Amino acid sequence: MLQITEVTGTGIPLLIDDIDTDRIIPARFLRCVTFDGLGEHAFEDDRQQDRSHPFDDPRYKGASVLIGGRNFGCGSSREHAPQALMRWGIKAVIAESFAEIFFGNCTTLGVPCVCAARADLEQLTNLVKADPSLSITVDLASKQVRAGNLAVPVTILESARMALTTGKWDFLGQLLEGADAVRKAATALPYLSGFKA
Amino acid sequence: MATTVSRILFHLGFDMTDRRNLFNKVWDLHSVRTISSGQTQLFIGLHLIHEVTSPQAFSILRDRNLTVMFPDRTLATVDHIVPTDNQLRPFADGLAEEMMSAIEKNCRDFGIRLFDLKDNRQGVVHIVGPEQGLTQPGMTIACGDSHTSTHGAFGSIAFGIGTSQVADVLATQTLALSRPKVRRIEVTGKLRPGVFAKDVILHIIRKLGVQGGVGYAYEYAGEVFDRMSMEERMTVCNMSIEGGARCGYINPDQTTVDYIRGRPFAPTAAEFDRAAAWWLSLASPPDAEFDDRVTFDGSEIEPTVTWGINPEQSVGVTEKLPALSSFSIDDQKGINDAFAYMDLHENQPIQGVKIDVAFIGSCTNGRISDLREAAAIARGRKVSPGVKALVVPGSQLVRQQAMAEGLDKVFEAAGFEWREAGCSMCLAMNPDKLKGREVCASSSNRNFKGRQGSPTGRTLLMSPAMVAAAAINGCVSDVRTMLQG
Ligand code: SF4
Repeated sequence: MLQITEVTGTGIPLLIDDIDTDRIIPARFLRCVTFDGLGEHAFEDDRQQDRSHPFDDPRYKGASVLIGGRNFGCGSSREHAPQALMRWGIKAVIAESFAEIFFGNCTTLGVPCVCAARADLEQLTNLVKADPSLSITVDLASKQVRAGNLAVPVTILESARMALTTGKWDFLGQLLEGADAVRKAATALPYLSGFKA
Repeated sequence: MATTVSRILFHLGFDMTDRRNLFNKVWDLHSVRTISSGQTQLFIGLHLIHEVTSPQAFSILRDRNLTVMFPDRTLATVDHIVPTDNQLRPFADGLAEEMMSAIEKNCRDFGIRLFDLKDNRQGVVHIVGPEQGLTQPGMTIACGDSHTSTHGAFGSIAFGIGTSQVADVLATQTLALSRPKVRRIEVTGKLRPGVFAKDVILHIIRKLGVQGGVGYAYEYAGEVFDRMSMEERMTVCNMSIEGGARCGYINPDQTTVDYIRGRPFAPTAAEFDRAAAWWLSLASPPDAEFDDRVTFDGSEIEPTVTWGINPEQSVGVTEKLPALSSFSIDDQKGINDAFAYMDLHENQPIQGVKIDVAFIGSCTNGRISDLREAAAIARGRKVSPGVKALVVPGSQLVRQQAMAEGLDKVFEAAGFEWREAGCSMCLAMNPDKLKGREVCASSSNRNFKGRQGSPTGRTLLMSPAMVAAAAINGCVSDVRTMLQG
């Protein structure tokens, strides 16, 4: 699969803490059997209530790097949330921290999620607000985010970084390669063998 | 007896000097190999699926021409989109009907057992697994639903996964995962009357934060959990995810063994004895190693109610909402947003906050003991005029049991609606929804903005008995003043 070593694009600021998956994609949009068409409903209810929501702001149209706050993506395991963001056009997320299932789901979709310090996120947000056309690079090789003259360090779980940069974020392919080992491991499980010695 | 047990354990390869906690023992047992990212390929002993997060996973299998590797290790049920009043097919909601048809077809095509609406074993996925004896200690359990943590009550490693991972489990019975750290949360002492399992977990989340558990599995231990029934333990483990932990568990003990005995999918006869010995041996030993430990005093916990838009924003029922100045400058904006959304203000007592809707149900609190606690409050009383009150059993079997005990009559006489099993108003995927700015006293698990179906609706989380008390008084009330005897 594609080796993702960096993502470059314009930014969209959403520096709010505890953005949960119900806000990213309200549950009524989960009534579907494919993920197609989810993108346009990202943050639907927040946008309805706040007409100046960044996802409705024409200045951020086409942005692909989302700037979030603390505990981004908390709540449900619904992959519909990262799918909606990805289908809206988001290719990377920079936030103070992420909820674990959301983080894992994003990695599986090839959307890197990197963590940055609060002060750096604030600086990035100010830069993007001042100039929405500013190009931001999320560099997984050097673990840095760069925008204009700003370069800030970021962190990402090493296993996710490895998977993305080596093009091995298709976990299914790798898991399938272990099929023989899986069958063997199963025979050693007490509850699959009548709890016998 | 003791020697028989140790002989069996010896044969199963168990070392009594092992200082690993339960989590690490179970993890090690299920590790297949290490993949190139450094993650573990982990075998999943039980896979549960439902109609919402599985259709796209089956599409992945079809696209890649894959089959289900261990179809016997997956069980399907329907819960999220199921209407709880009129269940006649086809559903009025065409999208919901399409999802129902999809899971029926997928289960047929791939040879997976499905508890559909016609099967009296149907219900919320996290209620069904334990009820049927499918959930057992020492297993790894995954489901495309974050409240899979519920099953940890049995001493299993149980966690929610995304849809791509549902496909991984279907095709390979494994997942690529990094091992989390383990935090032991001890709650000592005795709970006071009127304080329930729900209050314990809300209290823990209030103290450790909604992010406190990120990177951790939670082991709940100590007298308070030792004394709890399995149903209470499930309530606690259910909300581990609200505390940021992907999973939470309680060590198996005699209560666990007694609960499982005789259930349809439990081992029987001599096999059960061997199983029970193994289950008990998995418990973290007294000198087990943990990455972190915290302790709470159970006697200090009050009936707890959330006032904000995440489950950490809660207070004891006799307390006032916190002052803005008690939060760090960084947090104050978020707290202000929460006050504004909820239309509540700092230093306001939580008691007396008016409600419009009362919801008793969900995988957190939709089991028979929850309905009994709520019915004890509702008995002989009336729902406040203007309050819409719903009781939604977590499964068809819970519903039948409640009816056999006459609880439906108690609720209906008090003015509650008595519904069919499903997720109902826990989330907004079926016809049960809040309208406009309604405030709902809810026994569910999430008070996020818009969670209960109205984008501007408001949720106050509390125990089922507290929901019943709120329904009767029309406002948040201290259930302890309404307890019998
Ligand atoms: S009851 Fe609520 S939390 Fe539980 S599975 Fe259903 S929607 Fe999810």
